[in-house]
Amino acid sequence: MILFAALLAVFVAVVLMTFRTVAGPTTFDRLLAANSIGNGAILIVALYGFLTDRPDFIDLTLTYALLNYVGVFAVLKFFRAGSEDEEQAEETR
Amino acid sequence: MTDILANIVSGVLILAGAGFFLTGAIGFIRMPDLFTRLHAASLSDTTGMALILSGLAVHAGFTVAAVKLVFLILFLLFMGPATTHALAAAALAAGVKPLGAMRHAAKKGPAKVADTVKTIATSAAKAAPKKAPKNTSRNMPKNVPKNTPKKGRRP
Repeated sequence: MILFAALLAVFVAVVLMTFRTVAGPTTFDRLLAANSIGNGAILIVALYGFLTDRPDFIDLTLTYALLNYVGVFAVLKFFRAGSEDEEQAEETR
Repeated sequence: MTDILANIVSGVLILAGAGFFLTGAIGFIRMPDLFTRLHAASLSDTTGMALILSGLAVHAGFTVAAVKLVFLILFLLFMGPATTHALAAAALAAGVKPLGAMRHAAKKGPAKVADTVKTIATSAAKAAPKKAPKNTSRNMPKNVPKNTPKKGRRP
């Protein structure tokens, strides 16, 4: 019951963050919203796993967390430096 | 007895975490500019996730799942602030200005206003020549704004 309520709350939060992803005026807003949606996905997977008595889903949440942060940093790197090879060219100069 | 206690503790932790997460999402919708949104989303996200996952760890008891959850919590507690910091630094370097900077300076007096104007000008000058040739050489969309976003509502 509590797990279901928490699942519902997290789902509503993810829906709200989706609005910001569509409406966000800057790229960074969208990136932050995508990061938060990824966090919400982690919570949803974990809560659903415990709701259906299958705690093996935790492995999936670990993978999601790693991918989420690597993705955010890759996109940030892209928007700061243009692209990876340009940045490397700058470093060698 | 300990079973009931564990249930109560995990329920309270999970509900508190879900409340934090939902509050963060509402703040993320309502806040007027990028940095306030960053504040609302990142802090409550980290807290909510840590609370929910620790509640699930209490719910799981002494199992492998609980250990994995503890590792996940540790990872999130380290990486959440790092992501927030990187996002804020990248936004500042790209020329996104905090909404209340000039208003705050106006309250402090004319010397502070001049200082803020100078800071904004130097940061814009630092950001502009680095960005300009790259945007034209690559077919990158120009979604890095030079000014504060106008669409946000003031609180």
